[in-house]
Amino acid sequence: MEFESYDVLVVGGGLAGIRAAIAAVEANPRVKVGMVSKVYPMRSHTVSAEGGAAAVLRPEDSYETHAFDTIKGSDYLADQDVVEAFVREAPVEIIQMEHWGCPWSRDPDGKISARPFGGMTTWRTCFAADKSGFHMLHTVFQTSLKYPQIHRHDEAFVTKLLVEDSRCIGVVAFDMRSGRFEAITAKSVILATGGLGRIYAFTTNGNICTGDGMALAYRAGAGLKDMEMVQFHPTGLPFTGILITEAVRGEGGYLTNNQGERFLKRYVPNKMELGPRDIISRAMTTEFEEGRGFEGPHGKYMHLDVRHLGEVLIDRKLPFMRELGREFLGIDIVTDPIPVRPVQHYMMGGVEADIWGATPIKGLYAAGECANVGLNGGNRLGSNSLSECLVFGAASGRAAAHYAASAKEVGANPVDALLKDETHRVESTYLDKKGGDQRIGQIREEMQRRMDEGAGVFRTRDGLERLTRDLGALRERFEHIKIEDSSRTFNTDLTAALELDYMLEIADAITYSALAREESRGAHARRDFPERDDAKFLKHTLAYRTDELAPRLEYRDVRITNFQPQARTY
Amino acid sequence: MADKRITIQTTRFDPDKDERPRLQSYDIPFSDESMVVLDALNYIKAHVDGSLSYRWSCRMGICGSCGMMVNGTPKLSCSAFLRDYWPRPVVVKPLNNFPIVRDLVIDMESFMDKLKSIKPWIIRKQEIPLGAGEHRQTTSQIDDFKQFSQCINCMLCYAACPVYGLNNEFLGPAAIALARRYNLDSRDQGTKERLPVIADSEGIWECSFVGECSVVCPKGVDPAKAIQQTKLDTTMRFVLPYGNRE
Repeated sequence: MEFESYDVLVVGGGLAGIRAAIAAVEANPRVKVGMVSKVYPMRSHTVSAEGGAAAVLRPEDSYETHAFDTIKGSDYLADQDVVEAFVREAPVEIIQMEHWGCPWSRDPDGKISARPFGGMTTWRTCFAADKSGFHMLHTVFQTSLKYPQIHRHDEAFVTKLLVEDSRCIGVVAFDMRSGRFEAITAKSVILATGGLGRIYAFTTNGNICTGDGMALAYRAGAGLKDMEMVQFHPTGLPFTGILITEAVRGEGGYLTNNQGERFLKRYVPNKMELGPRDIISRAMTTEFEEGRGFEGPHGKYMHLDVRHLGEVLIDRKLPFMRELGREFLGIDIVTDPIPVRPVQHYMMGGVEADIWGATPIKGLYAAGECANVGLNGGNRLGSNSLSECLVFGAASGRAAAHYAASAKEVGANPVDALLKDETHRVESTYLDKKGGDQRIGQIREEMQRRMDEGAGVFRTRDGLERLTRDLGALRERFEHIKIEDSSRTFNTDLTAALELDYMLEIADAITYSALAREESRGAHARRDFPERDDAKFLKHTLAYRTDELAPRLEYRDVRITNFQPQARTY
Repeated sequence: MADKRITIQTTRFDPDKDERPRLQSYDIPFSDESMVVLDALNYIKAHVDGSLSYRWSCRMGICGSCGMMVNGTPKLSCSAFLRDYWPRPVVVKPLNNFPIVRDLVIDMESFMDKLKSIKPWIIRKQEIPLGAGEHRQTTSQIDDFKQFSQCINCMLCYAACPVYGLNNEFLGPAAIALARRYNLDSRDQGTKERLPVIADSEGIWECSFVGECSVVCPKGVDPAKAIQQTKLDTTMRFVLPYGNRE
């Protein structure tokens, strides 16, 4: 059988994936790169990022402070060598984006501007108004169109990594349009599939953020690292979960409770609204519990107030926020406070990968939100993730191209059989399945609700144990799902089932990892273990898939170079 | 409120078995004033009929996936509120002027080719090295192209464009607006390479400045203006002496 074959295959078409594809080609112009994505690349969730990308570009800033802010922000769970390399590369990437046409907002002298951001001690978040992710994604995507070496498979859904002799040699995917299964082989594969927010009910993440790459790597035997570290952003709109950027606070917005009080003075007195996300989300939750939140039709909320900033600044620096307020709430943020509450936003955890994005599986790389290279630890600082996509996207693209140059060709021999097996698996489990009675949508909604309850801002042993049982029961129900769509053409009932299968699997990894970490660190806050415990848990969690519900957990020391752990106060 | 309901009629089409698209009606709870058309479709898919297919992702008006005809007007379904239609039924169809792949999913491959054809990237006679730092650009230089850079490729303007409706070879509003976005960027020197593609393309001279494209744009882009400006530039190219042509 014939199949497409590449030197480097990128799975995912967001910022990290496209950056990786371009880096591979620029490292070696003879490299043939494939990019497979379940959506057209410009739909990728990078598009929703708002606030900006962090990089040391101003004379008063230093690599050391960016590194320290990141490490302190991570609650000392970041690998410090990785952070130190990252902060040096980030400015180069921001300039590269500028050369590719990113419309960065500028200072009066024409240089790239910066704004303050949570947990950063100085102004280092470069931004394109409050649509930074949108502009960055469209810039790299449009730039990628000039490289004839990059071949895209848009709207193709990956169901399996092809692994032979513990080396990754491609993927099995089906083209959503034709429903045809195909093997796409490659000497090296880069996962850049983004986050998993749709495991939760209340999330800023788009419908496509279903953790596909994490589940694919997990099934192929890679470890998922620090999966208990799930970020809750303090400011999502009630009901929709639409993100209100941290830049609103960076530009001077206030968070107030139902007493009209800037309550953060009790939690992060030195940073106030510019404290890190994990602490502010906990502060808001605590205020709600103590009766100081507003009550609305969609639950409790706080006010995010920018009225004192004035229309001119808002229209110049936060125009999209004004647009979102008008479109979705019918308010004008120039004259009305914005209702907000904590919302699942980002996954610090991900596929275990080194500083080049290399995973323990030969030929398999991971970058961006689906990866855990050790940058974010227990809590990612706002505006580090867009930079992470660029820095580690580029690093993995170069490394994968380099690996491909000396790697053996992928032969037809194992691939034919693997494709046949995988096609049969999906067809028999889903398309040809008879007699199921469980609705995919209902299992998904229940999983999301349970995750919100059991693995949210605060966790307890009881809650997490209950969650493992609930997830187990949902897994049983999943065995009896009914696929209502028998068409081969754009069957989103099938993709929803495959995504739910991925999500149920990694929800387990999150829950068991959280249960085992008996301390509070970064975004992982245990009511029953409220203190950080460096003696026991200055370690990464690694979850490996087993045939049981519970993964096998291992621990690995955090790499510390120049910054000894200290109390994390702001 | 709890008992309020709304009727959604949506296009169903499966090329494997249907000869032509048909409308299917769903009566669903209108349980929250904040519900948008996309929420209604998601309710149908999760609770009534899992076989309905449509594209969506961000549900905040920025990914550009969920464009549909809502009661005859091209809209992002994530920002079309049910309360603006209730108690009338809401009729949801795939975007006009595109082939239908399935249900509400359109075929937008031709746009992807058009986008590439206008070379939507910075073209320089001489690349400056990364070590030289950024190009300086003032806020007013950004303002020159800013509105054209807001395009989310949602295809609403193509669905509204009468010229595109008659001639699918027409580059169309979004592609021309994006070409304009790069032509007007102070960092770019590629106007000469792009102009022939745009000016000689089919359709641009048929655009009668109806301006429907600009009316339906959810992001405030004014493609009609981009098209008129491009026509003017093209004319200037023939009028000006050689040395002044850029």
